[in-house]
Amino acid sequence: MTDLALAKATASPARRFSPALPGIGLLLVVAYGILPLVANEYLFDAILTPFLALALAGLGLNILTGYAGQVSLGSSAFMAVGAYAAYNLALRLPGVPFMIDILLAGVVAAAVGLLFGLPSLRLRGFYLAVSTLAAQFFVQWVFNKVGWFSNNSPSGIVSVPTLSVVGITLDSSAGRYLFALTVVTAVTLAVWRLVESPTGRALVALRDHETAARVIGIPVLRVKLLAFAVSSFIIGVAGVLWAFAYLRTVEPAGFNLDRSFQILFIVIIGGLASLRGAFLGAALIVVFPLLLARLGEALLGGLFDSGVLEMSQRIVLGLLIVTFLITEPAGLTALLDRAWNRIAGRFRRTGLPITG
Amino acid sequence: MEWQFFTEVLVGGLLSGVMYSLVAIGFVLIYKTSGVLNFAQGALLLFAALTFVSLTERGLPVWAAILLTLAAMTGIGAMIERAVLRPLVNQPPITLFMATLGVSYVVEGAAQLLWGTQVHGLDLGIDDLPLEIGGVLVSSFDLFAAAVAGAMVAALTLFFRYTRIGLGFRAVADDQLAALAVGLSLDRIWTAVWTAAGMVALVAGLLWGARLGVQFSLSLVVLKALPVLVLGGFDSIAGAIVGGLIVGAVEKLAEVYVGPFVGGGIEGWIAYVAALGFLLIRPSGLFGAKLVERV
Amino acid sequence: MPAVLSEPLFSPAAGAVSSALAVEALSLSFGGVTALSEVSFAVAPGEIRAVIGPNGAGKSSLLNVVSGLYRPDRGRVWLGGHSFASVPTDRLATLGVSRTFQNLALFKGLSVLDNVAAGLSHRLRAGVFAQVIGLPAARRERAEGYARAEELLAFLHLDGVRDRPAGTLPYGMQKRVELARALVARPRLLLLDEPMAGMTLTEKRDLSGHIRAARDDLGTTIVLIEHDVGVVMGLSDRIAVLDYGRLIADGTPDEIRNDPVVIDAYLGVAHDLEAGEGI
Repeated sequence: MTDLALAKATASPARRFSPALPGIGLLLVVAYGILPLVANEYLFDAILTPFLALALAGLGLNILTGYAGQVSLGSSAFMAVGAYAAYNLALRLPGVPFMIDILLAGVVAAAVGLLFGLPSLRLRGFYLAVSTLAAQFFVQWVFNKVGWFSNNSPSGIVSVPTLSVVGITLDSSAGRYLFALTVVTAVTLAVWRLVESPTGRALVALRDHETAARVIGIPVLRVKLLAFAVSSFIIGVAGVLWAFAYLRTVEPAGFNLDRSFQILFIVIIGGLASLRGAFLGAALIVVFPLLLARLGEALLGGLFDSGVLEMSQRIVLGLLIVTFLITEPAGLTALLDRAWNRIAGRFRRTGLPITG
Repeated sequence: MEWQFFTEVLVGGLLSGVMYSLVAIGFVLIYKTSGVLNFAQGALLLFAALTFVSLTERGLPVWAAILLTLAAMTGIGAMIERAVLRPLVNQPPITLFMATLGVSYVVEGAAQLLWGTQVHGLDLGIDDLPLEIGGVLVSSFDLFAAAVAGAMVAALTLFFRYTRIGLGFRAVADDQLAALAVGLSLDRIWTAVWTAAGMVALVAGLLWGARLGVQFSLSLVVLKALPVLVLGGFDSIAGAIVGGLIVGAVEKLAEVYVGPFVGGGIEGWIAYVAALGFLLIRPSGLFGAKLVERV
Repeated sequence: MPAVLSEPLFSPAAGAVSSALAVEALSLSFGGVTALSEVSFAVAPGEIRAVIGPNGAGKSSLLNVVSGLYRPDRGRVWLGGHSFASVPTDRLATLGVSRTFQNLALFKGLSVLDNVAAGLSHRLRAGVFAQVIGLPAARRERAEGYARAEELLAFLHLDGVRDRPAGTLPYGMQKRVELARALVARPRLLLLDEPMAGMTLTEKRDLSGHIRAARDDLGTTIVLIEHDVGVVMGLSDRIAVLDYGRLIADGTPDEIRNDPVVIDAYLGVAHDLEAGEGI
């Protein structure tokens, strides 16, 4: 059994999240209404847009790993598939609207994900985790070797066309941020509907006890492949955002094993089988290197060069992973829940007279 | 001659396969005692090689550098065991695996923070000359490396078969509770296993370091060991050896006979695809017993 | 229709079709260790049938063969008029068969309500897309599932914990949730693998009541493995006794109680073990 997330008191698709609805509304108001007014280009380009793309990738991986319990070490391969598919669609089918390109890029990523998900029907645990590395290395190799995918660019790095949706060109930092935000919001809504549906329940059932799931008539093979397809679709769309909204270039090296681990870390730190987890984890992953750089500079000054920075980032990141797995396997989500309950509890205590 | 060339490729592949086996055995040792697929094995290998090279570069004699490195590896191993694996003892294996992924980041970062990020050349004093053996050309360094790796494997096998600690190790691998019940000291066994794994990491690190230079990418050797483990099973030393040989041979043969048709560079994934293909036919691996699910 | 059997004492051909469950000369071994050897018996619709025997007698193997988790070396399983050389586990629920497991097999991360509602998984018709979009058919299906699950929770007095993650409940209650999950689809045949293991006397009495009620109110045929002979005698209509993979007796509780073979083999073995004389 790969009951990965264990009795992680969070994963109950039937009813959850509802108390957060006002909070989500507030977040959307801030994200759409306030941030575009107050943020500068640095905030958009270095923090907000990559945060959105990575959060979406984390969301996709969370379906597979957090909900369905299948560990994948090859997520960035599907980001690459999404990014290259969108690039080639935009290049070769110029008349098609970009929103369609994104959907199709997701579908292509889903198809590739389905293919590499096939071993999951026979393998489990470590064996499956290792087999997902095949996707990582193979896909990266294909994009390196086959020039057609990068329009035979000699350097292998290609610039993507400017984003343009329903006739509006989105080439400003804020425009690209808003585009990413809209895509992420839409996909998150759909994922939320999915994990609360009977199919979402089937994913968790599969994770927690595959044999019991089979006995009660859950089509285990189909659900597993569905998890791979949906997860790869979302990660593929995240790849499109990464290439088109964030970097504005595509190159295979950007989708390497380190990126795959990064996405896995987002899910672990944020919280397995939790939608909020992907966002919290991505926020931490994006913000903490910047904070660390500032902190190091302030403390060590010139000694803190880029090499030292990179190494200390690795160490801190590694320590974070280990610490979360040991002390709070349900991730930032659980930490936040607990903090919230404590605050709410204090409010209740001070606001109401204690009875009995 | 066509046949002779094939043999040369095959032998070259088998020899480098022995070096894969060596890395894989480091995994197997830890897996058998703790049930963990220790992803940090590659980082440990990097740490060992980097420490050894840096110490000798600072003028330490080789034997002292080896001893110091081994002591450091044992210390790190004990720390990983105490601080990471023990608190996670009842967690699903995949959680432990992800924890070792975190550990690998820490160890890699620490190794380079400590010793710097530049590439160190490592000369073991073995020339890489082509030797002709039975009409087949073989690299003398490959031969040496394979011999060292082979000796290492033999020594470990003897150690675990005939010494008290080795027997204890096998008892722990079979049944931890029972081993505890008969009064085996888990601490001592774990120390021995981590020392052994550290030793394997050092030897593998030196052999690979002499080949590739001692640098960050050394830790990626772990990625070569994973398909070996998938083939041979995570808990079988014999599997690691045979798996390593198969992966080495498949990789070299594919590189020579398939590579030119697809643009080369396939050694990054061919082993994975081969291991996967094999697993789809035999899900329990080379030596694994077919498990009956108990419900 | 099955071929004529060589088994002289037992001829299920006539009875198999009308029975809720029949097994015919089942044999199964694991690497030379015999788990089942030529086991044949039939369970009439509406019957509560216990399967007893010492540890390792093959009881769990029997249920695993019936639910398709193990494939027998020889023999056939009859379920509601269909005969199988190897029962297709994927179709088990559709065939009207559900089961519980010896070790808890709940979906620990799901709420109690979701665990029980999951028991209706085989009836779901709406596709993923319809579920995500929220098409009327999908919504109706989902609401009906939860309504059925709520009924079962009330039936087994679990309504107080409906939103708790199943993994956080005490052991006895988890066992009951598993029973609810197995019952929610109103199975024709319910297989229970040691449903009372580890329970207190009161819990056992309660659960016996629930099992009887499941038969009386829902008409479910029940096959259960149980170690507590007292419970078995009071609860079951007929008892099958396994020993070393062989069926050594099959009869009413009274017949079993007085069967010298059973006393010798079953109680005798247990007695020897207790006395420390070993096997």
